[in-house]
Amino acid sequence: MSIIKTTYNRRSFLKVSLAGGGGLMLSFSWLASCAPSEAIKEVPSAWFDLNAYLSIANNGEVTIMSPNPEVGQNVKTSMPMIVADELDVDWKNVIVKQAPLNPESFTRQVAGGSQSIRQGWHSLRMAGATAREMLKNAAAKKWNVNASDCTTENGYVIHGKDKLSYGEIATMAAGMEVPAEVRLKDPSEFRIIGTDRRNVDIEGIITGKPLFGLDTKKEGMQYAVVLRPPAFGLKLKSYDDTESRKVNGVNDVIQFGNKIAVLSKSTWAAIKGQRALKAQWEMDTMLESTSYHDKTMRAMLDKKASEPKRSDGDARAQFANADSVIEKVYEAPFLPHNAMEPMNFYGNVTAEKAEFIGPIQTPERTRSQIAELLGRPEKEITLEMTRMGGAFGRRLYGDFALEAAAISNLAKTPVLVVYTREDDMTAGTYRPAAKYKFKAAIKKGEMVAYHLVAAGVNSDNATREHNFPASAVAHYLVESHNLESNITTGAWRAPITNFLAYAEQSFFDELAGELGKDPVQFRLDLFARAKENPVGELQYDVDKSIGVIKLAVEKSGWGNAPEGIYQGFSTYYSHNTYVAEVAEVLMQGNMPIVKRVVCAIDCGIVVNPIAAINQVQGGVIDGIGHAMYGDFSFENGQPQTKNFDKYRLIRMKEAPQVEVHFVKSDNDPTGLGEPALPPVGAAVANAIARATGKRLYKQPFIKEQIILG
Amino acid sequence: MAMYNLRINGISFQVDAEPDTPMLWVLRDNLNLMGTKYGCGIGQCGACTVHLDGAAVRSCSLPVSRVGDKAITTIEGLSEKADHVLQLAWREHDVPQCGYCQAGQIMNAAVLLSNNPKPSDQEIDHAMHGNLCRCGTYLKIKAAIKTASSKL
Repeated sequence: MSIIKTTYNRRSFLKVSLAGGGGLMLSFSWLASCAPSEAIKEVPSAWFDLNAYLSIANNGEVTIMSPNPEVGQNVKTSMPMIVADELDVDWKNVIVKQAPLNPESFTRQVAGGSQSIRQGWHSLRMAGATAREMLKNAAAKKWNVNASDCTTENGYVIHGKDKLSYGEIATMAAGMEVPAEVRLKDPSEFRIIGTDRRNVDIEGIITGKPLFGLDTKKEGMQYAVVLRPPAFGLKLKSYDDTESRKVNGVNDVIQFGNKIAVLSKSTWAAIKGQRALKAQWEMDTMLESTSYHDKTMRAMLDKKASEPKRSDGDARAQFANADSVIEKVYEAPFLPHNAMEPMNFYGNVTAEKAEFIGPIQTPERTRSQIAELLGRPEKEITLEMTRMGGAFGRRLYGDFALEAAAISNLAKTPVLVVYTREDDMTAGTYRPAAKYKFKAAIKKGEMVAYHLVAAGVNSDNATREHNFPASAVAHYLVESHNLESNITTGAWRAPITNFLAYAEQSFFDELAGELGKDPVQFRLDLFARAKENPVGELQYDVDKSIGVIKLAVEKSGWGNAPEGIYQGFSTYYSHNTYVAEVAEVLMQGNMPIVKRVVCAIDCGIVVNPIAAINQVQGGVIDGIGHAMYGDFSFENGQPQTKNFDKYRLIRMKEAPQVEVHFVKSDNDPTGLGEPALPPVGAAVANAIARATGKRLYKQPFIKEQIILG
Repeated sequence: MAMYNLRINGISFQVDAEPDTPMLWVLRDNLNLMGTKYGCGIGQCGACTVHLDGAAVRSCSLPVSRVGDKAITTIEGLSEKADHVLQLAWREHDVPQCGYCQAGQIMNAAVLLSNNPKPSDQEIDHAMHGNLCRCGTYLKIKAAIKTASSKL
């Protein structure tokens, strides 16, 4: 257990009791949908806010606010679980609601960097523990006993044989002073954390309830489908909307900046109106093609950067004196995000206020960008978060919300901006293309120097220079070059590492082969070096790194694969989480088939195991899919792939079995939505290399005549 | 615009729409049945799957004028109490991540099981090939279909 000082500002503790109204509606909708048989059945008549995160009804039901946006990473279930555990309530009596955007009361309302649970952990526990303390204090006062003699269990305060339900004392607890410090549970006392809890939105998902941004419907709302420049580097010259306005149902056509919006009460009419627009475009900046990116970035790999990202020892001198040098180049294309729910956002700008609703990973930043665009104070702007049909980084950037603001402001009508799939894929914020050159200097059968040169697009640093094998090699040099591009780029599930890990871990495999070492042992030897005598600053945990490697080895039977099964190993650290993976491939004729991936992962305490397994399985399958098939190119600034007829995503029959093993841990939780993805490309590529003798240096693998079953 | 009499989830509706309007948008815009999702508009992702006289069809590629008197079932009409054997299995396995493609997955799987209550792994792969999931929930989907199948 630990005692923590509580840190709340006054606004977190506005004590409001809501008799009737909201409380009634809440419990009705919940009871109608999924009330478990043991759950409390009476309808509460009053709710008492104990803090911004939770309120308790007079019948003992608890509403817990999930502060962060939900993209499918399951925080809407997992974050309230943490509050509920510290509060000590029965999960069956918990109703979860998406919290409003309120940066004063909630910590970091962002879905990104796999950080929701890690960075919310403390605040969520404090919210639950503080409320529990206030309930205890209220009961103690009522009984006229010491609060320290009281305990809590499953929604009750207990003193000897006396028992009061949270509901009975909620009104009193809401009036208690906020304690200056509270006791947090020891992990051994967790009753909800660490147990399987189903997605709180599952009923809505499997019955088709309107949960997503695209499901938004408001009085007077029009759908807005937007024509944007067809290529990066073009701007609008002129347009003719005659045919567009002839489409039955089209109400308005509006130019804003370089874009034209078609408005209708019918999505289909708006789409037809967009297609009927005749626009002329002219060159604004350069029209870039993939061949230009490739040529420029390859040239960068041979250049010295003005400033290295990290330099230990004197790598260049070692290369000059090496017995041999191993050098390999790895290349990856741009990638669109392709969240299944295309971009969309609702906006209603009026003289009094501006209201926004939609799927966004960064609600706070987006609201302030809207305020700036409209020239309005933030307090006049509301932004409501909906469940997101995937995001993978695309919804960190609120360009579509700004479009909703601009269009509603000009058209003086509420609008739902809807991207067609073609719009979504061609007006992206892409994973930037990247190339890496790895070099190892070998002397007397050992790696004495390591040199990585990166070339990225719009990336000041396309490396993770302090990651392994930093500190494990005496002479270590990492450099990064940047190609400025007018193609919009941004974070894509596990930014940088989604490809860097593949390249690095493929190189390590080849290196081990050249040195005649087992690929796992080769890495373990380097980790041992980093532990015993680290070179420069050590910025990762060696024991955890070794821990996941050993677990993956044990669970996969590394080195003891049955006849005809070829194994590939990979390990990577990202988002504060350690992962090791073994992929298994078998040959069907001359075709390698990935049959199984065994994943060992150390992410600290696993809050919700059933959902955590989903994240890891999903990350592995997503990673294999993009390594195998993900391809995207530009010709004169124009994306060459516009929909799923040409863009290949992994499908069911191509997904291998994924076995997930978590390291048992009492450490605070770390990231989970992203870390399983980075290492898997190399695990697969290394297994394929063993099975076929063919090394894969470029993604997607499909272009190298590698096909999955 | 033209009037169409549609039978959806056992209820008759009269809808005024352009003949080329895909059923997807008629369901979502005109009838407020928003469980059927837009994913690609060209029949490649399966998010908009509904049943047309018991067959799985992509509603994004089915113009309203082509429906005639055929019965349409959407996710909202799959069962009365959210207790279709697949919905039960989806709950048990906690299948969804973001959840957006799941209605289409369930509707597609429901046709598979009604035609073939005991599908093999290969038959499941084949039947579900047209339904995309970027989150990568395929293993859970498959497990849930097998659980549902075992109850039939």
